[in-house]
Amino acid sequence: MVLDQGPGAATPGPTRRQLHEARLRRRSLTIATLSTVGVVLAIYLLVPLAPGWERVQRSFFNGEILVETFPTLLRAFTIDVMIFLWCAPAIAIWALVIALCRDVRNPALYPLKLFAIAYTDVFRGVPVILVVYLIGFGVPGLGLPRPWNSPYIWGSVALVLTYSAYVAEIYRSGIESIHPSQRAAAESLGLSQWHVMRDVILPQALRRVVPANMNMLIALQKDVALLSFIGPVEIFRQAGVFKSLLANFTPYVGAAIIFLAVTIPATRYADRLIARQARARS
Amino acid sequence: MAKLELRGVEKSFGANRVCRGIDLDVGEGELVCLIGASGSGKSTLLRCINLLEPIDEGEIFLDGVDIAEPGLDPEPIRRRIGIVFQAYNLFPHMTAEENVMLAPRRVHGHSREELRPRVTALFERFGLADRMGHYPDQLSGGQQQRVAVVRALAMRPEVMLLDEVTSALDPMLVGEVLDALKALKADGMTMVVATHEMSFAREAADKVCFLSDGLIVEEGPPETLFTDPKESETRSFLARSLK
Repeated sequence: MVLDQGPGAATPGPTRRQLHEARLRRRSLTIATLSTVGVVLAIYLLVPLAPGWERVQRSFFNGEILVETFPTLLRAFTIDVMIFLWCAPAIAIWALVIALCRDVRNPALYPLKLFAIAYTDVFRGVPVILVVYLIGFGVPGLGLPRPWNSPYIWGSVALVLTYSAYVAEIYRSGIESIHPSQRAAAESLGLSQWHVMRDVILPQALRRVVPANMNMLIALQKDVALLSFIGPVEIFRQAGVFKSLLANFTPYVGAAIIFLAVTIPATRYADRLIARQARARS
Repeated sequence: MAKLELRGVEKSFGANRVCRGIDLDVGEGELVCLIGASGSGKSTLLRCINLLEPIDEGEIFLDGVDIAEPGLDPEPIRRRIGIVFQAYNLFPHMTAEENVMLAPRRVHGHSREELRPRVTALFERFGLADRMGHYPDQLSGGQQQRVAVVRALAMRPEVMLLDEVTSALDPMLVGEVLDALKALKADGMTMVVATHEMSFAREAADKVCFLSDGLIVEEGPPETLFTDPKESETRSFLARSLK
């Protein structure tokens, strides 16, 4: 540990307080290490004592099967990534439309406001999987010609509709968090309602809700797997195929590893954004 | 520049009657100071003149035209009346220059290039030539407040309203903002200034109005109002603020 003395340190070497804090840090580090090692060791020693451990190990943690199926799972995962990549911008835009509809002040546009309220109520109130089923099976059931009966399209539409309801609420909370004095200042200059929103309120509001939206992106990234229920052979479905083929659950563990490899860095990044914003505000 | 006449302006927030029938005349190029305790209705009156708050009763004439008539589109009227707030209210996500250029660009459709010479001249006039590219949080309070003045001026208003523009400032920085207001007056701007700076009111105002409880209790040229107030309420307020 390097102790920062600062340019104006009176005495050479660390101060009394710095020495004390360094001692405390060393002590907590030792305790943390010991307790972690203890817990891990206990799990490592105790879990294999369970009567079914051998069976579980064979069907969930089979190294050979993992190596064999991993490349195919990874390839199937690119379908998840693709769906994610077109859903995310669609959600960002559609949610903004909904959020702006909720904010309209013109009485002639009241039906829009009503629509936005009903929309967020409905799509936040129904489980994602239900929306995926209803739209993913229902719309192609209308007998649309190819390619308009593709589950990729309607599955994605279901995700966009559901997620937009949540993201619209996040946008709205951002819009409402901007102090009324900003609106007053913009209005006092004679700007129209649209310009007040576009140039003054939204740029500040959107910046404020970036961390919250990062969390939505992480959730979306996982929920893409729900589309497997209506057809697309993405990673979860592919793992299921392997499970039936090999009578082994290890491919599911492989799929989980791939998801984690994406979501953990993304979560850490979101945490950093939130921390940075908290610092900026204080 | 324009003249401003208020007749019987009333404004309530729920049961709270903030303006209780205010008459006020501000001649072309005149500087009128509103003084009075916090909560006496000064700020609300200014926000009403700018149509940020709709008034309940009365008329507000800008060059003889009633701008408070219900149903009028407020946007073109607000462009003629600049307002500067106590808390500056600059847009934090824009540089000083962008803050100033936003309204002329959006409302009049001018390009940045068209605006630059005039905006640069305004920044220079208020001693901010080297601050145009700074964001509000990189500026001192006094600089932010002068940018707010420049932002309002960029719309070429005919009247300027200033709402306790020095109240949030460090005493060291008050002078530079008051100097900016004097410069505005020298340009012949019609101004209504709500202020706690009695020395400024005394020195720069053509007329001083003392407000209390939503009414103008007393008004007159600063020499008379400050040295020989008629109303006892004015006397006790001045005694407290001039201490």
